[in-house]
Amino acid sequence: MVNTVLTPVQKRGQANLERLGLPTRRQEAWRLTDLKRLEAMASLPSVEGSAQHAWPSIHQGVTRFVIGTGVDPLEGVQLPEGVSPLSEAELEQALGHTLDRCGCAETWPVELNHARSQRVLALRVRGSVAPLEIVLAAGGGLVATRVLLLLEEKAELDLFQVIPAERESAAAPLAHSHVIEVHLGQEARLRHGVLASASDDSSLLAHLAVEQEPRSSYDFVSVCRGWRFGRLEPRVLQVDGQATTRLTGLAMTGTDEQFATHTSVCFEGPEGSLDQLQKAVAADRSHSIFNGAIQVPRAAQRTDASQLSRNLLLSNRARVDAKPELEIVADDVRCAHGATVSQLQQDQLFYLRSRGVAADEAAALLLKGYCCDVVDRLPSMAPSWLASAAINDPARPL
Amino acid sequence: MIRPDAELLLDISDLHASVEDQPILKGVNLQVRAGEIHAVMGRNGSGKSTLSKVLAGHPAYRVTGGSVRYRGDDLLTLEPEQRARLGVFLGFQYPVEIPGVSNLEFLRVSTNARRETQGQEELDTFDFEDHVRERLKVVQMDPAFLDRSVNQGFSGGEKKRNEILQMALLEPVVSILDETDSGLDIDALRIVASGVNQLSSPETASILITHYQRLLDEITPDYVHVMAAGRILRTGGRELALELEQIGYDWVDEQLAAEGVV
Repeated sequence: MVNTVLTPVQKRGQANLERLGLPTRRQEAWRLTDLKRLEAMASLPSVEGSAQHAWPSIHQGVTRFVIGTGVDPLEGVQLPEGVSPLSEAELEQALGHTLDRCGCAETWPVELNHARSQRVLALRVRGSVAPLEIVLAAGGGLVATRVLLLLEEKAELDLFQVIPAERESAAAPLAHSHVIEVHLGQEARLRHGVLASASDDSSLLAHLAVEQEPRSSYDFVSVCRGWRFGRLEPRVLQVDGQATTRLTGLAMTGTDEQFATHTSVCFEGPEGSLDQLQKAVAADRSHSIFNGAIQVPRAAQRTDASQLSRNLLLSNRARVDAKPELEIVADDVRCAHGATVSQLQQDQLFYLRSRGVAADEAAALLLKGYCCDVVDRLPSMAPSWLASAAINDPARPL
Repeated sequence: MIRPDAELLLDISDLHASVEDQPILKGVNLQVRAGEIHAVMGRNGSGKSTLSKVLAGHPAYRVTGGSVRYRGDDLLTLEPEQRARLGVFLGFQYPVEIPGVSNLEFLRVSTNARRETQGQEELDTFDFEDHVRERLKVVQMDPAFLDRSVNQGFSGGEKKRNEILQMALLEPVVSILDETDSGLDIDALRIVASGVNQLSSPETASILITHYQRLLDEITPDYVHVMAAGRILRTGGRELALELEQIGYDWVDEQLAAEGVV
């Protein structure tokens, strides 16, 4: 379906992009960004992506949607019980609501997506449903995709999003602009995994806006690797507190890649909780950025939040910038945060080598060990993707 | 078992080594033949652990003089993994914890590296599981330890048993066990010692670094060496360990003073 709802959104997006102009390094959120790469990405033409043979087969009981191809993602898909598409009228009412509430409707990456996306996959989830998999098709150029999910009260869902970056021609730069809005009703539960893996000249701007009603649970796991230029922005709003949020992320960079993870969690009511672990592995001359904002206004008494940023530098030319950003006004809260930067432990390397494991194999084992507490938390569909030719990179195993 | 005609496995000659430019080993001489068990004793800081790490190829230790020949070849030019593959094994005083790396996978990768060097076929996952379960009996270890991360959350005794399990899998020619008895209760000590005894053969040799006679009650050494100030000061038979138990190390100071070392 080409959503007519999107026509005015596109126009507004284009107008706003012109008004905003490209971000500059004077803006705090873009201070460390390689803006030349952002500009190069934004200048890519919009294209439609295509499904690839290297994708693994669909797990039994899982429903796969392919978005970004120019074909209606619902075409030929048997929706599982409890999942239904939104009507145009419902879509008109719901689209953009969570982005507005999370305060990101007019940020540059979202406006880029507004200006470019032609379709939105919009689904309503009722009750406990079978897992969904959403694959973003890629092409030579910029593929813009948009998803809207409404989880009703007590709904339960496992959602796995895969963002591969295969290309038909190695010469063509490739980019994804992706926006997903999720509304979690009271006591709803969403386990949400994102695996975004690329190689060569690929760019990613992914923006997630999640609104949580009380007693809902949102468990987000992201693994991003291989983007020459990438930015992942999960924004979570606990509208009345009393909800549970868990954010677990891993960003791996090599060569001259730059990847930024900007997370934001805001508690607008009491007794909410956040458990956040963000890991980065930076090799070669790459640059990994983490910015973790947590807002605890006066209304958010008895909030329990913890944030840990762990960074592994594999080269002395790699760079990591990790910044917690806690705004705490409420006085009866527990907010812990920490950041570490380390290298592969020499005593661990020697231990493995002293058992006959070659130095590079030992380093790969240690790296895998470092990553596994994030990678192992991806949904059950992840291993077959990780092993597939679409994702697997023998030089950088996960 | 002392056999003068047995193969000379390890020939350490006037070995000098330093760490962070601090000389630690100052002329170690030691010959180890097949079938022999050597005990190296001495005070803390005498250079015992440094000797073991230098033999295993720890990158933080720099050899500044002398030579080590392993079965006739220069050991010191080899990378740590090459030494291990050729049959040199170091049992760590403090086995390293490696979160996220499965003990089973680690054991399989290391066993296969050694097997490849010995011209044996690699074991696949299933064959290796059978093999490792058989070897677990040597140290009476619970198979549940295979599913955990390497040494993570292991008690002191479990870590040392894991070391001997690795020894059982790698079938080394020369084993250097660095204070394998430290931190063990009597039962664990017996299990570990029994493991080492089961793995001893006329073709292999062991160097036990220890502070205590109690390990040597379980594993009978052919030679006992006393290290001090970075070299072997005295060598004797098993009775030397018993004597040390009686007289301690005060004589070491006197001897070093007489030699003008301190």
